[in-house]
Amino acid sequence: MIISIASGKGGTGKTTISTNLAFSLVQSGRNVQLLDCDVEEPNAHIFLDLENKIKENVFLPVPQIDEEKCTLCGKCAEVCVYNALFIAKDRVMFFPQLCHSCGGCSYFCPREAISEIDRVIGEIGAGDACLTRGSTYGIEFAYGKLNIGEVMAPPLMRKLKKRIDEDKVVIIDAPPGTSCPMIEAVKGSDFCFLITEPTPFGLNDLKLAVETLKVLKIPFAVLINRWNEEYFEVDSYCEKENISIAMRIPLERKIAELYSRGILFSKELPEWQKAFCKLFDFIEALRK
Amino acid sequence: MKIAISSTGNELSSQVDPRFGRCQEFIIFDSETLEFEAISNEAINAAGGAGIKAAQLVVDKGAEVVITGNIGPNAFNVLAGADIRVFVGAAGTIQNVIDSYKDGKLQEANQPTSSPGGRGAV
Amino acid sequence: MIQEITVLSGKGGTGKTSLVGSFAVLANNKVMVDCDVDAADLHLILKPEIKETNDFYGLNGYLINRDICIECGKCEELCRFKAIKNFEIDEISCEGCGVCCLACPVSAIEARERICGQWFISNTRNGPLVHAKLGIAQENSGKLVAEVRKAAKKTAQKEGIPLVITDGPPGIGCPVIASLSGASLVLVVTEPTVSGVHDLGRILDLCAHFKVKSLVCVNKFDLNLEKTSEIERLCKERDIEVVGKIGYDSIFTEALINGMPVVEFSDAEICGKIKSLWKIIQKRLNSGKQTRP
Repeated sequence: MIISIASGKGGTGKTTISTNLAFSLVQSGRNVQLLDCDVEEPNAHIFLDLENKIKENVFLPVPQIDEEKCTLCGKCAEVCVYNALFIAKDRVMFFPQLCHSCGGCSYFCPREAISEIDRVIGEIGAGDACLTRGSTYGIEFAYGKLNIGEVMAPPLMRKLKKRIDEDKVVIIDAPPGTSCPMIEAVKGSDFCFLITEPTPFGLNDLKLAVETLKVLKIPFAVLINRWNEEYFEVDSYCEKENISIAMRIPLERKIAELYSRGILFSKELPEWQKAFCKLFDFIEALRK
Repeated sequence: MKIAISSTGNELSSQVDPRFGRCQEFIIFDSETLEFEAISNEAINAAGGAGIKAAQLVVDKGAEVVITGNIGPNAFNVLAGADIRVFVGAAGTIQNVIDSYKDGKLQEANQPTSSPGGRGAV
Repeated sequence: MIQEITVLSGKGGTGKTSLVGSFAVLANNKVMVDCDVDAADLHLILKPEIKETNDFYGLNGYLINRDICIECGKCEELCRFKAIKNFEIDEISCEGCGVCCLACPVSAIEARERICGQWFISNTRNGPLVHAKLGIAQENSGKLVAEVRKAAKKTAQKEGIPLVITDGPPGIGCPVIASLSGASLVLVVTEPTVSGVHDLGRILDLCAHFKVKSLVCVNKFDLNLEKTSEIERLCKERDIEVVGKIGYDSIFTEALINGMPVVEFSDAEICGKIKSLWKIIQKRLNSGKQTRP
């Protein structure tokens, strides 16, 4: 089962939820895999110590023009909708950051003068997660990280998701927002938890995220983080739209403190461990 | 020699368009025959890389000089690589700009840029 | 002549939109523009009443005509984005590259204009606002930013308004470039974090390239005094003025919850800082009028 954790707005607590959920499930005896798909700013590893670490570079294919074969006919630039190629007087110029690696230029070059070479855009790391006080609880962890200045998140995320082991409970920590990177992360998941905060920005961005999940036809429920009684609009919205609120994590000093120290609060507060495991049962019940 | 000027309209009395990549039109002025043509800037519709596309248009028209208000780093590199001289900070009408150019009053852009690349937006 | 201030941040989440919301109250006669369309939030503070809606077209979408399709599978083979399955194109995965269309041996794939979003001209209590909303899975682009800015300038011209304030898009690519060119002044709102500093450098490079005068404001500066000093050093090296340092204050969130710009919501000390910040920005903008950028 693949569970994605997403939100419209950034900073609502996705990583908090995904790491605590992963830990709690593993404690209850499940085989868990956690993927940090927030490739522009991965930070789940802060709450986990990785052992048996490995790292590999991730490449995107980009065109390389053989100047001897090239006749400057301009077909490649004509074909490129992203304007990543320019025909100068004596050579073709290429702009990597505009390139989407669609392969069109090399495919359509009439002289077969364009081959594709690999360009590094980031890395994927993996390891076994042990929790911040030194023992392995068997979470298989992997993350993706875009190099600074690179923008092609979706291809990196696709490579990361190739590691999905469907025999495990897979938790995907998605990037914030509702555009391509978030969609790439939640695509194909069996269920999605949308994390929000009780503020107008949180509600506004939650609505966008809900719209997106409906288009993707992914079943979902909402989780309200830093919940307080004063701002009730998120709860009302969910009620009106018939959206289940799976959990409310109250704005509590204890929880915030543990978070700021990089400690999983479900580890220190066992009642929360139970609550997170219930989330899993919640999904199974909903799916039936 | 052909000079390409970013323009808001298709006459010599039109105002210079301060942008290069997304200007409305290009006036291609021939300094020998004193004739000109106005071409619509297709790059205005480009989702991304408009500067590069506009540069391609201008190069394909045989321009050796480009006069505009502002030009992005990619487009500048492209024109520099094509040995085209670029003058920036132009203002006023197209005719004003042509006269200023003739009188050597325009500022030539000649810094190779530290290209920040792009976000590759679609 | 209409002047334009563009507010940028490089990375998102620096608090730029909150500040722009306050500028909307403090500035007297201006048109506001929200180019931060990936997470358009300015309207939550300014509460616009939409007067005009326009469709926005981005890259083309593609459609397979099953009557002509001979099911050779070439399109699916060539699609790098796995957007074609069973001779149907998934609009969400499709990145609009057009390779399938060009490669189809029987020309069964047509390019179609795709509405990628909408942009609006609205009224607010603080003047006109031009803003946009993107469709699902659509990305911001230089083209949308250019259109929205153009509409703002037109509105300003029509109503005799001398100033446009633009809440700029995040990042450093095409959308940002489209928001910069022709601007009279850029305010970069940064924060004292590693990514904040890194992105600040790149935005300043971009502004220098366009010869647009830039000013820097450090938001939440007291969260990391060391990084704040690093930012001040960086700016000094480039001869760029740090015009404000705003401390972290929960009032920002409270004002937000109440759907108001900070300076309207409260009289706290921090509002005084925002007002001073705006005063300095105005001064620099006016002195810029005399000198060439």
